Amino acid sequence: MSGLPGLAAAAIRRRVAAHEVSCEEVTREQLARIEALEPAIDAFLLVAPERALVSAKRLDAALAGGAPAPALAGVPLAVKDVLHVEGLPTTCGSRILDGYHPPFAATAVARLEAAGAIVLGKTNMDEFAMGSSTERSAFRPTRNPWDRSRVPGGSSGGSAAAVAARLAPLALGTDTGGSIRQPAAFCGVVGLKPTWGRVSRYGLVAFASSLDQAGPLGRTVEDVALACSALFGRDPLDATSADEPLPDFAPALAGEAAGLRVGVPWGFLANGVEVETMGRFREALHALESAGASLVEVPLTHLPHAIAAYYLVATAEASSNLARYDGVRYGRRAPGAHDLPALYGRTRDLGFGPEVKRRIILGTFALSSGYYDAYYLRAQKVRTLIRRDFEAAFEACDVIATPTTPTPAFRLGEKTDDPLQMYLADIFTVPANLAGLPALSLPCGLAGGLPVGLQLTARAFDESMLLRAGAAYQRVTRHHELTPPF
Amino acid sequence: MPRVTEETVDHVARLARLSLTEEERRVFARQLEEILAWAESLQALDTSGVPPMSHPREAETLRDDEPRAGVDRATALAGAPEARDGLFRVPRVIGG
Repeated sequence: MSGLPGLAAAAIRRRVAAHEVSCEEVTREQLARIEALEPAIDAFLLVAPERALVSAKRLDAALAGGAPAPALAGVPLAVKDVLHVEGLPTTCGSRILDGYHPPFAATAVARLEAAGAIVLGKTNMDEFAMGSSTERSAFRPTRNPWDRSRVPGGSSGGSAAAVAARLAPLALGTDTGGSIRQPAAFCGVVGLKPTWGRVSRYGLVAFASSLDQAGPLGRTVEDVALACSALFGRDPLDATSADEPLPDFAPALAGEAAGLRVGVPWGFLANGVEVETMGRFREALHALESAGASLVEVPLTHLPHAIAAYYLVATAEASSNLARYDGVRYGRRAPGAHDLPALYGRTRDLGFGPEVKRRIILGTFALSSGYYDAYYLRAQKVRTLIRRDFEAAFEACDVIATPTTPTPAFRLGEKTDDPLQMYLADIFTVPANLAGLPALSLPCGLAGGLPVGLQLTARAFDESMLLRAGAAYQRVTRHHELTPPF
Repeated sequence: MPRVTEETVDHVARLARLSLTEEERRVFARQLEEILAWAESLQALDTSGVPPMSHPREAETLRDDEPRAGVDRATALAGAPEARDGLFRVPRVIGG
């Protein structure tokens, strides 16, 4: 082994572009590491070595013929199994999609592949991205590489664990209420949820359409920026994808913390953050301050209501989006039903796991006659209040900092019987989804041997500000270089 | 705060086309009540004059409405649990 699997995406691309190593070599070494270590982590639902090698050889042939190396040439990529990859099945971590082969590819995946990324396989996730631990996968839990008795977070737990364990330098996740940032924090990697509309949702299986957004996980801010350059942009196949100018991230990556105004909602952080996590957060703020940033307190008064608003909006949208799984057009069908209502009911009872059913019930209730105004409509209005809070806060600062999560990774099984406790732990991540803002989670040290995440949130379409702050932070700290004891 | 009974869950499950077991009905009734009790804090907020937000972007950018090829019939049917004569097959809906 030449240590290729330990390299960052940018370093792999540089070596491939310089013809020091072939895409095939990189792919083979990465696959060998997966074969050796995957049984201990269970990050993947499917590893696709043949497809990966075909892609790698095709790119090698192009490069040998003198083609310029694209931005992610030869970079191994793990894809959350909620995004369609050409030629591979999609399960969404659910039994209801048994045997489903999507007839089209997700734009996000297609763009990374066009930029030279080599897809290694599909990563594990909570069923239909509903969960914060990856224990809600219908297949198996994924383990946290830092402590295998703990969860990797979720719902993009497989993607985060794969990056942390060096099974892939780069991964795609999706984030509806923190599903990129929370597992990134729990596994000690970088995760970015872009602005809603930045990345096409075409070929991303819908959970809550007004909140869902795909984004990258990597070990450095530079790698995440590389992925963003390929991912971002208007897609005619997604009417909600934004026609916004695409920034060049190079100046952001070279940028300084000097002059950066960091807002901190101290009032909101007063309760419920575990002591050591709070310690790492304060150290992170201090590091930014030492590098020239200034701190300012911001109020964000409605954030305590974000979880309630989120779980009503998200489940309402989910109950509608998941109506399509009816055993008629694709996936699994329950046997023996003699009429259509029984076919739907049994197929859905058999195919969905408990968390998905619970959320469909809650969402259908919130939308049902007599309760719509008090729950769904009110939650949508609170969403406006939260968005206004952010707009007011960004008058006084450039980014808003919080811990990504109130605690480090919890134990497998610790919260599975108490859904409300699981929901409450999403308190710091759901506001960015409700407001549609970009947010970045960065490793900021360990608490009790487990990674802690620093979350930065910025104005809509100002990912450059996040990458600037993140790159500046990673220049003055070494937390992102820590490796799991594994 | 509405009282969530197993009948409430039954009604909602019918709307959502979910057949639940008795155990699921009992557990979901309890959990739904807990979650809604906790979401009650929203009711205390003054939202008069606040417009609802259905998604984060004000303007949608629509593509030109030009015909283009979609998924062909054979591909669309390839994943069906049961298909016959180029159609999705389901139990009898009318009559019988």
